[in-house]
Amino acid sequence: MTSIAKPVIPLVALPKNELGLSIRDYEGAISTLCAGCGHDSVTAAISHAFWELSTPPHMIAKLSGIGCSSKTPTYFVRGAHGFNSAHGRMATIATGANAANRELTYIGISGDGDSLSIGLGHLAHAIRRNVNMVYVIENNGVYGLTKGQFSASADIGSRLKKGEANAMAPIDPVLLSLSMGATFLARSFSGDKAQLVPLLEAAVAHNGFALIDVISPCVTFNDHEGSTKSYRFMREHEVKEIETDFVPIRKEIRRSIADNDATEVTMHDGSVVRFRSVPEGYDPYDRQKVEDYIRTRQDRGEIVTGLLYVNEYAADVHALNNTPLQGLNSVPYEKLCPGSDALTKMQQSFR
Amino acid sequence: MEPTNDRNPDYYHKVVDCQWACPAHTDVPGYIRLIAQGRFDDAYMLNRESNVFPGILGRTCDRPCEPACRRTRVDGSPVAICRLKRVAADLKGDVSERLPAIPSQKNGKRVACVGAGPASLTVANDLLPLGYDVVMFEQYERPGGLMRTNIPEFRLPEQVLTDETQVIIDMGVDIRYNSPIASMSNLLNEGFDAIFVGVGAPRGKELHIPGRHEETGDSHIFIGIDWLESVAFGHVDQIGERVLIIGVGNTAMDCCRSSRRLGGVDIKVMARRPREYFKASPWELDDAEEENVEIIVNHAPKRFVLENGILVGMEFDVLSWNENASKSEILETVFLPCDDVILAIGQENAFPWIERDLGIEFGEWDVPIVDDVTFESTLAGVYFGGDAAFGPKNIIWAVAHGHEAAKSIHAHCSQLDVRDREPLTMTLESTKMGMNEWRYHNDYNPSSRQKMNHVELSKRFASLELEVELGFNPEQTAREVQRCLNCDIQTAFQAPLCIECDACIDICPVQCLTITENGDEDALRARLSAPALNPAQALYVSAALPQTGRVMVKDENVCVHCGLCAERCPTSAWDMEEFELRIPYAGDSGLLTIPVRRSAKSVSEVR
Ligand SMILES: Cc1cc2nc3c(=O)[nH]c(=O)nc-3n(C[C@H](O)[C@H](O)[C@H](O)COP(=O)(O)OP(=O)(O)OC[C@H]3O[C@@H](n4cnc5c(N)ncnc54)[C@H](O)[C@@H]3O)c2cc1C
Ligand SMILES: Cc1ncc(C[n+]2csc(CCOP(=O)(O)OP(=O)(O)O)c2C)c(N)n1
Ligand code: SF4
Ligand code: SF4
Ligand code: SF4
Ligand SMILES: [Mg+2]
Repeated sequence: MTSIAKPVIPLVALPKNELGLSIRDYEGAISTLCAGCGHDSVTAAISHAFWELSTPPHMIAKLSGIGCSSKTPTYFVRGAHGFNSAHGRMATIATGANAANRELTYIGISGDGDSLSIGLGHLAHAIRRNVNMVYVIENNGVYGLTKGQFSASADIGSRLKKGEANAMAPIDPVLLSLSMGATFLARSFSGDKAQLVPLLEAAVAHNGFALIDVISPCVTFNDHEGSTKSYRFMREHEVKEIETDFVPIRKEIRRSIADNDATEVTMHDGSVVRFRSVPEGYDPYDRQKVEDYIRTRQDRGEIVTGLLYVNEYAADVHALNNTPLQGLNSVPYEKLCPGSDALTKMQQSFR
Repeated sequence: MEPTNDRNPDYYHKVVDCQWACPAHTDVPGYIRLIAQGRFDDAYMLNRESNVFPGILGRTCDRPCEPACRRTRVDGSPVAICRLKRVAADLKGDVSERLPAIPSQKNGKRVACVGAGPASLTVANDLLPLGYDVVMFEQYERPGGLMRTNIPEFRLPEQVLTDETQVIIDMGVDIRYNSPIASMSNLLNEGFDAIFVGVGAPRGKELHIPGRHEETGDSHIFIGIDWLESVAFGHVDQIGERVLIIGVGNTAMDCCRSSRRLGGVDIKVMARRPREYFKASPWELDDAEEENVEIIVNHAPKRFVLENGILVGMEFDVLSWNENASKSEILETVFLPCDDVILAIGQENAFPWIERDLGIEFGEWDVPIVDDVTFESTLAGVYFGGDAAFGPKNIIWAVAHGHEAAKSIHAHCSQLDVRDREPLTMTLESTKMGMNEWRYHNDYNPSSRQKMNHVELSKRFASLELEVELGFNPEQTAREVQRCLNCDIQTAFQAPLCIECDACIDICPVQCLTITENGDEDALRARLSAPALNPAQALYVSAALPQTGRVMVKDENVCVHCGLCAERCPTSAWDMEEFELRIPYAGDSGLLTIPVRRSAKSVSEVR
C-alpha cells in the first residue's frame, strides 16, 4: 500500500465524460495490494471503461468473493453499490441482485481460486442462467491472498516460487464456459489496457453473461521464471490475432477504421462490436471453431486473447424466467407477496 | 525521440523550475525543507552560498523564481519563496562561525572594485577567502549601492542591509568611502591585477517636454532615483500634498510610497499604457494601491504647466490604444494640478570617468562591450557586472554577475583562460529510507498561498523607517513550506528494471506517465495518457523497455513529486532521488595555482 492517498490536484484539467465526470470520479479507495499487482491495472481499466461509457456510478453494482482480486471492487467507482460476499459466492449474490433490480449494471470480480475451485459450481449456474452481468476473473494461477498456492488454473509444469511444479491439468475458464453455453467470452491481459478497456465496454453492452478471463500476474508469488502467468511469459506467448473495436451507441467511430467487410455485432443497446481482424476461417459465432482454435493454439503453448465468442441473441436470465420488465424491487409488495390466501389457493390447485 | 540524457545536469535542473529561473540558481526546495525542519541557520547558509544576501533578498528580490514555480500550474499561485527566505534570515542565530574563512596569508594579488553595490560586494565575498586583497572604492560614505540609496527603509530596514553588507566588508575589504573614481586611466596605473566595475546605472532618464527647465525658483520636478537618494540621505524630508509620479516601474512605486510618508496626500502615478503593460511587479502595485495611491492609465505627459515660473500642474494626452497597445490615438488633453512631479521613467548607464582610449570599447548606446559569460570587457583584466554590465536589472542579477566575474578574475590572476568555465555538475541521491518511506514529505498539501500581513494603514506612515511587511508568523510558515512540491526530488527511471506492469501509470495523480511506442516529439506529446500541452516543459523518454521495446514517457509539466510512482513500482525502476546542483564558484576548480576556496591551504597541499 502506498504511504499516501492519491491526491486531487486542483488545476490539472482531466477530460470529462458525458456526465461531466473525470476518471478520478470513477476511482475508489487506495489499493492495498502489492505494488505492481496485475489486479490494480484491471481496476484502472474498469474505471476507465465505466468513465468512457459515462455509466452513472450509482447505476453500477460491483460484487466479489474472497481473494486479492476480490478486494479490488473497493478500488474502483467509489459511488457504486457493492457486495463483498463469501468465498466463491459472488455469482449467486449477483444472480439474486440481478433478479431484484435489473436496472443496474452488474460487474463481478473474482479470482481463479474464487471462481475455479470453491466457486466453480456457482459460476457454472450463473452461466447456465445467462445472468446479465460482467464477470471478470483476475487470473494469476495462484491463491495470492493465502500466499501463493497453486490454483486450479495453474498450467502443468508451471512452478511455484520455491520450485515445485504443478502436475494437475488446469481448468481453462474460457473453454469451460464455452462448453456450458456462455454467450460472451473474452481473454485479455492486465498489461494491455488498449485491448482490455474496449473488451470491458463490450461486455457491459452485452445482454447476458459476459466472462473476461484476464491474465493478471501476481508480482509477489507468481512472476518468476518458471511461471506461465508472469508479465514476461504473457508478453512472449500472447497471440492477438482477433482484434475488435467497440463503438458505443451514438458515438462516432473513434478507434481505427475497419475494413468494409469486417464482421459487426450490434449489441442490444445499439452499440457495435466490430471485428477488425480474425484469423482465417475463424467465426466468433461458431462454438466448435472457436474451441478448435483455442485448443490448437494452446497445444502450441500460445495464449490467444481478444473477444473469442459472442452470441448476442440468446435469452438472458430475465427472458428465461419470464420476469417482469421492471425490477422485482419496484413491484408493489402486495403483488410480490399476494398473502396466505393466495398461497392456499395455489396449493389447492395442485391437489 | 532519443532517450533523455538525464546525466546532463541541465535536465533535472530544469525540472526545478524556481532554481532554473533564479539567476543565481538558489537551491530553493533545499532551503524550504530546512525551514520546515526549523533549521534556520542551515537554510540561511544554503541561501547565502548562491545569493549572498538572504535577508535583503528575502524582502526585496524581484523573484523571477515565483512566476516559474510549479505550484502555479498546480493550484494557481506560486510558493511564497521570497517570504520564506526572509523567515530563514529573520530566525537564524549567529552564523559568523560558518562564514567563509579568510586566510591570513594572502595570495599576493590585488583587485579593485569600483562601487560598493551588491555586484562588487559579491566579487569581494568570493575572492577574499582565496587570499586576494580587495580594494573597494565607493563614492558615498556607506556601502550597499542602490539597496541603500534607493530602496526605501519601509521595504528594507537599514539594520538588515547593514548586517549583510558589513559581513562582507568585515572579511577584510579595504574599503575607501567617499572615493569616487574619476579616471579609469589613473586606476589602471595603480597596478591592480584586476579591476571590477560595479558602478550601477546611475543616471535617471529625463523627460524632455515643454516647461521642464523653466522654473524660476526651487525646482519641484525631481528625477526619481536622485530624489530617493536624497530621501535616504535625509536631505529631503517633505513633499507637497499633490504629487504626480511619471512612469509606472518599481522606482515609481518607491517614489509614490515614499511621498505618502513625506506629506503627500493626493498621489497619482501616471502611466502611458494599460495596466497589463506595466513594468512594476504586481505585488509592488498592490502595495502602493493599498496605500491609496491612484494609478492612472493611458495618460501621456504633454507639458509642465507653470505660473510665474512656479509649477502648478501638468497636461496629459489621454490615449486610446489598439489591442496589443502598439498604436495609440489621442482622445483629449487634460490638466492635472500638482505641487511636485517625480520622474520615474527609467535609468541609464553613464561612464564619464572611463576614458575612451584605454582599450575598453564602447558599443551602441555608449555602453561598454562586455562578454555575457566572462563579464570581461575588451580590455583583459577589466570586468563589469551588475547594472553596469547590461543596464539596470536587479539585485539577484547583480549577485549572479558578481559570482561569474569573480571566477573570471580568479582565472585571469592565475594566468588561465577566462573562457574555460567549470561546468555545472550534479549529484543524485536516493531518498528512500524504507518501504514507502522517503527522506522528504511526499504528500500533497492543499493549503493555499499565505498572505503577508502588513502594518495597519493607520500606523504605517508614522515614519519612513517602519517596515510594512511583518513577515510570516509560525503558522503561516508551517503552511507555506508544505506548499513546495520538492521539485528537486526527481523521478529517476531505470528502463532495464521495468516489467511494464502499468502500476506507476495507474497511480499517477496527474496522469503524466505513459508507456507507448516511441515516435517524434509531436507524436509523443499527442498520444500520452494526458496530452502534454506545455512545450516549455520537457518530456522524459526512456531507453527501450526490456519486454516490449516500448518507451516510458514522462511529461514533466505538472508532476507533483508525490513519489507514488516509485511507491507503486514493484521493481524500483522509479526512485525518488534528490538532485543537488553543484555550482562552481571562484576557486572551485582544482586547476588554479593559487590557494583554494574556503581554505588556507595551497592547492599543492590539498592535492
Ligand atoms: C528605486 C529603486 C528600487 C529598486 N528596488 C529593487 C528591489 O526591490 N529589488 C531588486 O532586486 N532590485 C531593485 N532595484 C534595482 C537594484 O537596486 C539594482 O539592480 C542593484 O542595486 C544593482 O547593483 P550594482 O551592484 O550593479 O549597482 P548599484 O547598486 O547601483 O551600486 C553601485 C555603487 O557604485 C557607486 N558608484 C557609482 N559610480 C562610482 C564611481 N565612479 N566611483 C565610486 N563609486 C561609484 C554607487 O555610489 C553605488 O554605491 C531598485 C532600483 C531602484 C532605482
Ligand atoms: C470458505 C473459505 N475457504 C478458504 C478461504 C481462504 N482463502 C482466502 S483467499 C483464497 C484464494 C484466493 O485465490 P484467488 O481467488 O485466485 O485470488 P487472488 O488472491 O489470487 O487474487 C482462499 C483459498 C476462505 N477465505 N474462505
Ligand atoms: S499477493 Fe499477488 S495477487 Fe495479491 S496483491 Fe500481491 S501481487 Fe497481487
Ligand atoms: S512523482 Fe510520480 S506519481 Fe507523482 S506526479 Fe510525479 S510522476 Fe506522477
Ligand atoms: S511500476 Fe515500475 S515496473 Fe511497473 S510499469 Fe511502472 S516503472 Fe515499470
Ligand atoms: Mg488468484
